[in-house]
Amino acid sequence: MRRDIFQAIADPTRRAIITLIAMQSMTPNAIADNFHTTRQAVSKHLKILTECQLVKQEQQGREIYYSLEIEKMKEMDNWLAQFRKIWETRFNQLDNVLSTLKK
Amino acid sequence: MNNDLLFDFTVDKENKTVYIHREFAADLSLVWDAYTKPEILDLWWAPKPFLSKTKYMNFEEGGRRFFAMVSPEGVERWMVQTYSSIDPKNHFKTYNTFSDKDENLELPGSDWNYHFSEENGKTKVSITIYNESRERMEKQIEFGFKEGMTAILENLQELLASLSQK
Repeated sequence: MRRDIFQAIADPTRRAIITLIAMQSMTPNAIADNFHTTRQAVSKHLKILTECQLVKQEQQGREIYYSLEIEKMKEMDNWLAQFRKIWETRFNQLDNVLSTLKK
Repeated sequence: MNNDLLFDFTVDKENKTVYIHREFAADLSLVWDAYTKPEILDLWWAPKPFLSKTKYMNFEEGGRRFFAMVSPEGVERWMVQTYSSIDPKNHFKTYNTFSDKDENLELPGSDWNYHFSEENGKTKVSITIYNESRERMEKQIEFGFKEGMTAILENLQELLASLSQK
């Protein structure tokens, strides 16, 4: 199932998981140790993050390690560019107001 | 438009801070008025086709601006800005929160620092926005995103025409 990237950050636990694995790749058990929720809950979050393609899995020996998809995080930056746009619009409006006031 | 004027916009997600710098081709006193007088603020604060509607504003330390961003469908998003410190024509600081229409605050909020300086006939405004919570920052960004998208779709010529008629 293809999910929207913004679903990934809609949940505080998933944001915390993203922050954790941004530093180093981790196994589901190591990730779960950081939370008070059940392992099942953490693996459900990991499933959603995987479906959003924000994290990738890698098999190392018997363990599966989760790490962050850096390219995907860049989509978030494009999102922030829209936030920049609102300020641009706002300031352009202020430019017009200022030039009107100066007359 | 106004490509010769400085515009800097950076988001520091780690420190939950947004930095904005912008120059304006006007005297400092005029720019100061545009940020501190409700009748001027409402002319530009909301990106078209949103409207800024100030219910009341007491620009003094401890005073508040209680206002709404109104969507084209008439949906009001109320906000409260409390002025925590004011140094006329230099600096002021606000604490911003979303609220309901009865002025009940939705905490946490964000700290906004405004600095004004003038050089070579241009006025530079520096804004630092610090969010107590990352969730709040994302909510703010998400809200801005919706407005921003709507604003992009708006015909710019129409905007210019309506402003010059005022």
